[in-house]
Amino acid sequence: MTSAAAIPYVAQAPHPDRQRMIERVAGIGFAFPAFLLLLLTNVVPLLVLLYLSFTDFKLGALESHFLGLDNFRKALGDPVFRRSLANTFVYVAIVLPGAVGLGLLVAVLLHKRKRTRSFYEVIYFLPVTSTLIAMATVWQFILHPRLGPVNGVLRAMGFDAIPFLSEPAYVLPTLAAIGIWQLVGFNMVLFLAGLSAIPRDLYEAAEIDGCRSGIDRFVTITWPLLGPTTMFVIVTTSITAFKVFDTVAVMTRGGPMGSSEVLLYAIYLEGYQYFHMGYAAALTLIFLAFVLLFSILQTFVLERRVHY
Amino acid sequence: MAAPASALPLPAVRHTTPAGALARRALSLVVVHGILIAGAIFILLPFVWMLITSIKSPSEIFAVDFSLWPKHFSAVENYGRALSKVPLLRFALNGVIVCAGILLVQVLVAVPCAYALAKLRFPGRAALLALVLMGLCIPIQVPALPLYMGLAELGLLNTYFAIMMPFFLSVFAIFLFRQFFKSYPDEIIHAARLDGMSEFEIVWVIVVPSAWPAIAAFAVFSIVAHWNDLYWPLIVISDTNLATPPLGMMFFADAETGSNYGALTAAATVLTAPLVIAFLIARRRFIDGITMTGIK
Repeated sequence: MTSAAAIPYVAQAPHPDRQRMIERVAGIGFAFPAFLLLLLTNVVPLLVLLYLSFTDFKLGALESHFLGLDNFRKALGDPVFRRSLANTFVYVAIVLPGAVGLGLLVAVLLHKRKRTRSFYEVIYFLPVTSTLIAMATVWQFILHPRLGPVNGVLRAMGFDAIPFLSEPAYVLPTLAAIGIWQLVGFNMVLFLAGLSAIPRDLYEAAEIDGCRSGIDRFVTITWPLLGPTTMFVIVTTSITAFKVFDTVAVMTRGGPMGSSEVLLYAIYLEGYQYFHMGYAAALTLIFLAFVLLFSILQTFVLERRVHY
Repeated sequence: MAAPASALPLPAVRHTTPAGALARRALSLVVVHGILIAGAIFILLPFVWMLITSIKSPSEIFAVDFSLWPKHFSAVENYGRALSKVPLLRFALNGVIVCAGILLVQVLVAVPCAYALAKLRFPGRAALLALVLMGLCIPIQVPALPLYMGLAELGLLNTYFAIMMPFFLSVFAIFLFRQFFKSYPDEIIHAARLDGMSEFEIVWVIVVPSAWPAIAAFAVFSIVAHWNDLYWPLIVISDTNLATPPLGMMFFADAETGSNYGALTAAATVLTAPLVIAFLIARRRFIDGITMTGIK
């Protein structure tokens, strides 16, 4: 701005003070709609949620009472909630290594393919763009004990049919497999981006130093340099898996016998089916606490990425 | 890939013979493609099964000795039933309306805000930026409960507005565009100011066209997310005519109580097709968009 003022022929250029004024007015004007919407859709709801979590508010009830921390105490002792939390963590514990490991494996194998790379890329990415609800309905059919092809093949090979979705012990691993199915392509794309950032001459240098086999190269170069990407993928996968809802809502509705009831599904039932707003608000805050924990991990990781 | 090794003036010591190297190379190719094809089969299984079932006749679907390829085609019956039993095309249209409405408002709101955060000095900028960064960590399921109660209070449940409203502000769009705008050269903005352009014109005429890749990437991210979102529409919509594709699919699955798989898979095909076809046409855009938005 000062340099502009020094040039004589641009006499009509705004005075620095005027320019500062314009910036203030324009800045506030430009930011205002976003700020207003941010208040309406995030800040105010969050405050209301906090307030609700201290009450026994029910939709349609005439009055509500202040309960203090009772909702949170109730949640900690509630077997249904504890089971849904445990189920969610089991689900994350299966999806996380599966989706990250397979995504990495596919990306590493694809990275050096020239002609077939985009062919595989399209296939693996397909679940990311497809409607999970529709595909969940199809999966339900595929895993059907009598009519599905998976059990058809098992029977043809002389095994007993597996009741994937009706046996409590199998239902979470089955849902997790579908979660992995959906996430592998997404993680693959992130890993491919990370891989292409690794300088090619590092591999050549390693080869001269006697790093010949693919596994050697992976251990000495790819894995350490991919570290930040890997950490990032781990965090996003954890959050996505933690928010599992769609497949549960369509395929099992928490069953059989609550064995697939997950956190968001429990919140959905309490809030929008039973209308226990106060209790659902408390559960939502517990849900948020976990998501924030993952997010803090993510900022920490991103911080490290910058210093790398 | 084998070429550099054989092109070396000195034969590589560790390779016994060229034939041995060739055999190893072939073996690794077989292993690599073996793994990739096995994975691809797992990925494609539901898509293939969906398409095949959607053209199979009911008697074959319920036959115990299952076959991959149908002997009798019932595509017309299955798709006809799916289209007549529930307003499938209406669901798809609702998906288009909702995605377009959300994206339009998101971009109109986020672009000026992101420009202000990136290039203008105004009071409250740091606080707003902090709020935006905080907003990045809050998933829709958190404000959903109060928003639902508010919309119910205002009698706005079962409207397009209710489906779209929580997503009008995308903190993520603000964050992404701000990153992009920050790298826009200040000299050009100064020059535009000297030419007498207003800040409004600078944003929409000068800066936005250069941010096209970021906007396209965000559009892909937003459309994929909202076409496929179930949680929020499930809460605010009970009217079949307003259902988005996932919700419509759920209504249909409930109505059919899982008995007519031919029609169910036909419906799934119709509702999955628009995005998948768009992806197949613009696959680079999709993958780049998801990469850019995924890495943040």
